[in-house]
Amino acid sequence: MGIEHVNGRKIGKVMLYALSTCGWCNKTKELLRELGIEFDYVYVDLLGDPEREETISAVERFNPKGSFPTLVIGDRKTIVGFQEKEIREALKG
Amino acid sequence: MNFVGIAEEEVEEVYQRLETEAKKGGYNLNPDTEFTKNLVRGYMKNEQRYGYPSCPCRLASGKKEEDLDIICPCDYRDPDLAQFGACYCALYVSAAIKSGQQKAVPVPERRPPRTERSKNRALRTVPAAAASGPVLAYPVWRCRVCGYLCARDSPPESCPVCYAKKDRFERFM
Repeated sequence: MGIEHVNGRKIGKVMLYALSTCGWCNKTKELLRELGIEFDYVYVDLLGDPEREETISAVERFNPKGSFPTLVIGDRKTIVGFQEKEIREALKG
Repeated sequence: MNFVGIAEEEVEEVYQRLETEAKKGGYNLNPDTEFTKNLVRGYMKNEQRYGYPSCPCRLASGKKEEDLDIICPCDYRDPDLAQFGACYCALYVSAAIKSGQQKAVPVPERRPPRTERSKNRALRTVPAAAASGPVLAYPVWRCRVCGYLCARDSPPESCPVCYAKKDRFERFM
């Protein structure tokens, strides 16, 4: 399993780095669905090498802790964790 | 979040065990049972694929010696419970959250990043200084999860308070 695409209202590139086992990651993904925007997500724990290592390095560039969920909006704004208010604010439009 | 090969009854069984163990040790599972059972499912999935139940909300390396600190209950649970009222996943919560007086909120990651962790592991393998301190009849072992101390030749098979396994103990004195 690699990057999954979810169709919706286009607001630019939105990428969610998540784990398939994580409760807060799941809540974040559900929030993005609820907001109806177009986004991509990837379950890093389900990746094999070398994609896994490359993806971890990508996450660490946006979020040095390398924790999940890491939400990257348009390659500039990063929201770490299920910060509901902040996510709603960043994606409203 | 349904994983192939883990039946609902198995999740229920592990959930009940974790709840019983939590109560005995003075801990609480998150009262949001749907959320909690999904975490239990993740815990079981990790046990299945890595051979140990690492934290469902953290990425395991698959190498046990690198993941010891995030085997559930993780080394960070108790400080997070004390500071935020929930562990990183919100699998374990404070009494106030259990009773519904407070709500579980996301907890910032306390685990150091990868580069720092490898340094910390190197430090941890240094044996406790034998010269300083009193001469003891027995070594003292500390559970890294809950802080339980015991003086005996080797640590117990599992911690009587938090049920962490023997390999989570460190030489304290």
